[in-house]
This record gives sequence, structure tokens and C-alpha cells, in this order.
Amino acid sequence: MTTLDPAPTTTPAASPVVGPSAVELHVLEDAVTRLHDDGAVLRLGEAEAEERSGYQPPTEEGVGERMIMNMGPQHPSTHGVLRLVLELDGEQVTRSKPVIGYLHTGMEKTGEQLTYLQGPTNVTRMDYAAPLFNELVFSMATETLLGVEVPERAQWIRMLMCELNRLSSHMLFMATNGMDLGAVGMMIYGWREREELLRLLEMVTGLRMNHNYIRPGGVAADLPDGFAERLDAVLDTLPDRLEEFDTLMTGQPIWRDRLQGVGVITAEEALALGATGPILRSTGYAWDLRRDMPYLRYDDVDFDVVVGSYGDCFDRYAIRLAEIRESIRIVRQCMDKMPSGDYRLQDKKVTPPPRARIDESMEALIHHFKIFTEGFKVPEGEVYVAVESPRGELGCYLVSDGSSHPVRMHIRGPSFANLHTLPHLMKDSLIADTVAIISSVDPIMGDVDR
Amino acid sequence: MSEATAADAPAGEPAAPAELMFGVPVTRSRGQVVLHPDRAAYPGLVRELRAAGYWVCVDLCGVDHLGNAADRGLPAGVDPQRFEVVVNLLNHREPGRIRLRVQVPEDDPVVESLVPVHPGIENHERETWDMFGIRFDGHPDPTRILLPEDWDGHPLRKDDPAGRIPVQFKAAPSAR
Repeated sequence: MTTLDPAPTTTPAASPVVGPSAVELHVLEDAVTRLHDDGAVLRLGEAEAEERSGYQPPTEEGVGERMIMNMGPQHPSTHGVLRLVLELDGEQVTRSKPVIGYLHTGMEKTGEQLTYLQGPTNVTRMDYAAPLFNELVFSMATETLLGVEVPERAQWIRMLMCELNRLSSHMLFMATNGMDLGAVGMMIYGWREREELLRLLEMVTGLRMNHNYIRPGGVAADLPDGFAERLDAVLDTLPDRLEEFDTLMTGQPIWRDRLQGVGVITAEEALALGATGPILRSTGYAWDLRRDMPYLRYDDVDFDVVVGSYGDCFDRYAIRLAEIRESIRIVRQCMDKMPSGDYRLQDKKVTPPPRARIDESMEALIHHFKIFTEGFKVPEGEVYVAVESPRGELGCYLVSDGSSHPVRMHIRGPSFANLHTLPHLMKDSLIADTVAIISSVDPIMGDVDR
Repeated sequence: MSEATAADAPAGEPAAPAELMFGVPVTRSRGQVVLHPDRAAYPGLVRELRAAGYWVCVDLCGVDHLGNAADRGLPAGVDPQRFEVVVNLLNHREPGRIRLRVQVPEDDPVVESLVPVHPGIENHERETWDMFGIRFDGHPDPTRILLPEDWDGHPLRKDDPAGRIPVQFKAAPSAR
């Protein structure tokens, strides 16, 4: 482990920032070659791993003895059901392989059986720590296929809710990251903050998780009365709590020793591996879809893309902490700038009529019935839409044949892609650091396995 | 979507003689640029695109068009096949996306692997093999990823029915 400047900082050093313009193609190609040569990924079948488990004598090539060890899927630090097969040289990890699928429930197949209106209920269960982003990306893909634009207020509500969700997701990270590294008190603090944020989400959507709130055409309901006051109360307490996090973790020598210089990745390697989100930004590479390919109204709010400089576990932690602060800024701006108006599209072919209309209009009743039984038809075509979820690029690829069910509904889960960085991050690290590295990647297994 | 190419894109149907971009037919779907390389040209095209700035391979997935009678938006000269491999590439320099749709026939579902160019796509290709039975030639670890190794079939194929576990109603053991 390399010890870096021990001065406590609340945000990672913002320089030197590597932008897309600073990366040369040959550097990228070198990284690809290096990743191939490193051979960090252990490629073993179940039977072979079983056979070779335990002690392996030194081979003729002179490499030392190796041990194949299994970690998970019920290990408490593996964030659910991630399983790792590790090849060890003493205390050091030489190669590793994440084994996934324990939470696979065929949600992409299920998505083909459901109408576009039912789709959000399905996708919201994928990344269960950030459910609103799944709903958002599915709804945006459906709307792109339909060629409709949702009302402005709906876009602002979506943005507000997603940023609240980003806060709660990063709080979950703070809690689990602390817990994984032995800062057990942090688990309770992170969970406390998250619970307060989930209560806000519950106030708007009726549910703590799996909201089915963002739907094609807008959102399910307008913000309730008294929401602004409750939101303000929570947002006012958060900065003080974040100061406590800094005291408890950021500036603490044990915490820094445990994370600094652990699980290092460079910008080129992260790009070659398709890593996005905090992993990519921790390398100092400034890329955030909210800023670089804006959707919703991210053009109209002011926020900073936080980058790290060393690409280690500490940077990934610090970036998330800083992103909490940025999200609070965005939430406040959303409340200030949100216009009045419709919270969903008034298009009887896409969204159900208002409840009051059903009592007085036969036609409205028929539309209501048809939308909920048959769904609405979506013109044929295919689109890929992506948003910046707390874990990186969350994409949705939809293929429509003109009916009310998609032919193909594919979700590009950021956790799934980021998980592929694990063997490279863990290579030559200590076995005790694997826990810190898994934690810093922040995989959500629902998103990995779908 | 504010895709960089939306301005010059007449959203909707492609023009009759296939327009070319990077030497392959191109269409636009809702303003998004879609290239239609054939299987042989596809890995070379991905390399070429990387040199042109599309250096992040964001996503790769399969599509099964069995029973899809709708217009698939293919340009003239591209024969529709049952399977498609869809690759999403991202340009960071001039933020923009490009999508590749490769037609893969049912009787020979093999395409060349992209792992030598984009090592991060390894798991996506394993997933596509797992779910669709499309093989990736040159893949370093062509095994199932989400399903157990001994699983039979490829569940995202249209002729692989959505499974239901039959509910067996048995008489509850009587307390008497």
C-alpha cells in the first residue's frame, strides 16, 4: 500500500483532470494489450476449480504454489450473492473470477411478456438500490420510440426524484463500505440517512423501494402537499451528517491506510474495460452523462463532475461522498426551478385519463380500461437510451414490432459491466483488500444478474 | 434524445439505396445512427471505429427476431436473419453513440469475438452465448455466465418458452 498525503480532504483533488481529449488512441491500445497480458481473469470451470481447489505445488515454469479458494456467495462482504473464485499465492491474489447468476430471474425475458406500461414494475427490481433510474431509462426509451416528449414539470420531478435516489444509493454505499472495512458504526449512520431519504421517496411514490413511479409519459403522481418542507428539513440536516462522515472516515488514518493505493486502475484500463461511473471518474477521467450527453433538464442545473486522481478505493469512496454534496445542490435547484404544469403527458393513447374524467366520460373509461388491459402500441423501431445511474451508465435497448410488448428489452446494467474490473483491480492485492475492492466497486447483484 | 447526429437525421425510414458510413450501410432509428456490417466486416469495423474515436464499447446484446413480422428497419442489401448481435459504441471526444447491428443466421450462429479489441465486453458476450446460443469465435472463456453450466437451452430465444413451474395441488395432510 502506498501512503499518500495524509492531509484530510473532503473532495478528491480535482487535478490533473484527464478529459476525453487527453487520452491518446495508442495509450488505449497499450492498455488493452496490457490487460490481455496481465491475465488477471481466472478462467476455470466448476469441475476444474473443484479439482484444483486447495494447495497446488509449484509448476515447472517456476511459479510458486497456488491455492484456489472460493469466496461467497453468502459471504457478508460480497453484497448479496457475488461469488469469487480466487487463485492465491500466499496472501496475494494472483487471478480471480467473479461467478454470478445466483440472482438471475430472467427479467429480460419477463420484460418481453409485459406491456410497456407494466415494464417499469419489472425493471425497477433490477438495481434495487437505485430503482428510479431503471424506471427512468425504460420510460425514456419507450418515449423515444413513441416520439413523445413529456411535460417540463414531469422532467423536473424525474430529475428531483432521481437525485434523491442517488443520495439514498450513495448513503447505502457509505453504510456498506464502512461495514465492510470494519467501521461498523458507519453502517448505522449510513442506514439512518438512507432511511430518511427513503421516507421522502415513500411520501411521493407510496413505496420505499421498487416504486413504479416514473412511467412512460411522465410520473405516476405529482409531488404531495408538504413535500417541500419535509425535503428541506432532510436536506438541512445532511451537510452536518456529512461532516460527521468526514470525521469518522475521510480524515481517519486507519481508513485512509486501508483504502489508499488499494485497487488501482488507470483511465485507459477503465475505458478498455467499459467501466463507467465512479470507477471511471476515480481515475481522474471526467465523464458524466448528465453533463456530457445531457438528458432531462441537467442542462439547466449547475453541478460539478467530481473526479479523483489516483483511481484507488479511497478515490471511489471520496467521489461518492462528494457526489452526495453535488446531488443536494441539484435537488435544491430542482425545487427552485420546477415549473408548474402537468406531471404527465395528457395523451389518451399513452397515459390513463385523470380519475375525475372516468366518472363523467364513457370514452375516458374505455381508454382507461384499454390502457391497463392491452397497453398502448409502440411504433416499430429500436432505440438505445442511457442515463447516469449512481453506478455508471445504465442503458436500455428496446426493440418494438409495433405491438404493445417489446420484442427485446435489454438493460445494460452498470454493475454488470463494472464487475469485470474486479479481477484487474484485485490482481496482486492482498486477500484482505479484496473486501475493500468489492465494496468500492459497489455492485448491486440485482443489476448484475437481472 | 439529444444525439449529436439528430440534426442531419430524417427520423424514420431509410432512403432506398443504402447510404454508406465507414463503408457499411447506415440507417437512422429515431435519430440514432445504426450501422449494418456483415459478419466478416464487423470486428474490423469496430477497430476502425475505435480509431475514429468510438473507443468505449458500452454494450453488446443479442436479439431474436423469430416471429417478428414487422419492418426491422434494415437497409437495402442487408438480408434479415433470425438473430442479431447489437453493439453500442460511445464516442467520448465528440459525445455521440453509434450502434452496430450484425445479422447472424440461425443455422450458423457464430460471430467473431470483440474481446481482443474491447476486453470489457467479455461478460456481455458470455451472456449473449448463455441467453441466445450465439457463439463468439476467439472468446477466451466461452462458458455460460448467468445460468448453471449444465443448463439446457438458451432462454432468451423466442422458441424457448417462458418457464412456469406447474403448481401441484395436493391435498394438505390431514390433521386427523
